[in-house]
Amino acid sequence: MKLQINTSNVVVALVAAGLVVLPLYSQLTGNIFILTLFTRIIIFALAAASLNLIMGYGGMMSFGHAAYLGIGGYAVGILAFEGIGSGFIQWPVALVASALYALVIGALSLRTRGVYFIMITLAFAQMAYYIASGMSRYGGDDGLTIYKRSNFGGLIDLSNRVQFYYLCLGCLFGGIYLIWRIINSRFGLVVQGIRSNEQRMQAIGYHANRYRLVCFVISGTICGLAGALLANNTDFISPAGMYWTRSGELMVMVVFGGMGSLFGPVIGTIFFLLLEELLSQFTEYWALIMGPLLLLIVLFARGGIMGLLGRFNRG
Amino acid sequence: MADPLLRVENLVRRFGGILATDNLSLDVMPGELHAIIGPNGAGKTTLISQLTGQLMPNSGTIVFGGRDVTALPSYRRSRLGLARSFQITSLLPDFTAADNVALAAQAHDGHSFRFWGNARKEKPLRDAAQAALTRVGLGARADVPVSELSHGEQRELELAVALATKPQLLLLDEPMAGLGVTESARMVALLKELRKEVTIVLVEHDMEAVFALADRITVLVYGRVIASGDPDAIRHNDEVKRAYLGDQHVVVAHG
Repeated sequence: MKLQINTSNVVVALVAAGLVVLPLYSQLTGNIFILTLFTRIIIFALAAASLNLIMGYGGMMSFGHAAYLGIGGYAVGILAFEGIGSGFIQWPVALVASALYALVIGALSLRTRGVYFIMITLAFAQMAYYIASGMSRYGGDDGLTIYKRSNFGGLIDLSNRVQFYYLCLGCLFGGIYLIWRIINSRFGLVVQGIRSNEQRMQAIGYHANRYRLVCFVISGTICGLAGALLANNTDFISPAGMYWTRSGELMVMVVFGGMGSLFGPVIGTIFFLLLEELLSQFTEYWALIMGPLLLLIVLFARGGIMGLLGRFNRG
Repeated sequence: MADPLLRVENLVRRFGGILATDNLSLDVMPGELHAIIGPNGAGKTTLISQLTGQLMPNSGTIVFGGRDVTALPSYRRSRLGLARSFQITSLLPDFTAADNVALAAQAHDGHSFRFWGNARKEKPLRDAAQAALTRVGLGARADVPVSELSHGEQRELELAVALATKPQLLLLDEPMAGLGVTESARMVALLKELRKEVTIVLVEHDMEAVFALADRITVLVYGRVIASGDPDAIRHNDEVKRAYLGDQHVVVAHG
């Protein structure tokens, strides 16, 4: 793939560079708040990017993606609570648990299409939410405080803000690189082909649901990683973090940025969370402004922010 | 006599109270071009869809290459060498012509659970795609997105996609549909070439094309075979004449 110089690529490069040097700015100005805010943004961007893989490239509108944030987070939280503090155990468990959940949910949900798929993924995520609420040993509704962040020996110190920030950023860039490889691979082309015309793909010899399911599992696993990061970031995990509104927010981030655009979810997440942060300083009814904005984007900018940037090149 | 490549026996498919396929039996011999004609609503597309597995029959059997494929889903039949083109163009609109064909070639080159390498840079797949595109006269249009191809080009691309799966049997559902005179002539010339290599079942309304191409013709009316034979025999068959000239008569006779 040749790199072209156009508006969207320039914006993406600037944003990426900005994310890399942000801790430096924070150190120089002593503004710690911006570092914690962007740590959170980066983690959600990873979750949104994973959702974009199935939503944008796979055509699967999952309305239950927050469940993976919860599963990844609870894997870390529960293990920490039970005295297993090593990240080398916590994180693989978070990934495997998310993958298994995705495998089961996907196998069942992918029998359906369209609205039914949205509803069934939502229903399963809500089930996960209520299961988490019912785990009284782990705080039930009140959630579970994580007293010690995942321990990676001397490799990296997650309690160090800057180190943790770069770990999250590394995961985000790594995740996007992985997704970029996937969407251009044989597998990725098949998945996008199925989104485009399932009947045609079946007729030329592809078992569509098998490919869909694997894509669903990859997406869930990446989001489980975001969950593990998020739990470490907040030192806390609760069922509220996997409520259906959280899944909705992830969808909005993807739509804001541009579905099916590699870097779109990152832009969308930055836009969404910064706006939420700004607006909530003025009014607690920030959603009143966010809602119409989403409406405008859906109505007039189908490709989200990345789509708008793309228009500058043509027009 | 050789065994038929495709043998359909007593196929029945109902949609509610309507018998779309009515106890239909049919043999397709290796190497022949077998045309299926019939008035609108005769169940031609329904038949093709059952042959490829998009639609399951209520009863009857379909044997392809000596193997009972009646219960196999479409992707498995495709792997066995059964390819179809669609009456209503069915391609991947957001992909280029070359991508469409390369994906068909890829489907028949092992599984596609390969997540890392760039599939668009795999030379064997791209070469196969280019070959199939050149075959149908689209060699120069490889990198054009399907949505920007003309209707005629899309019909040709349908054919290239089917060819790229290296089929033993090609089921063509009205490849001439919506084509202009020159485009139709090109398609006929192309089919004349293809029939030398692959067995073809052709569903078509264009009678001139059918009689020019077919070794054998089967005539369907209301889901039943009313005649089957070489073009000459069909041309002179009384029941066929009635079906085409006086539809009313047939309705009374069979309804």
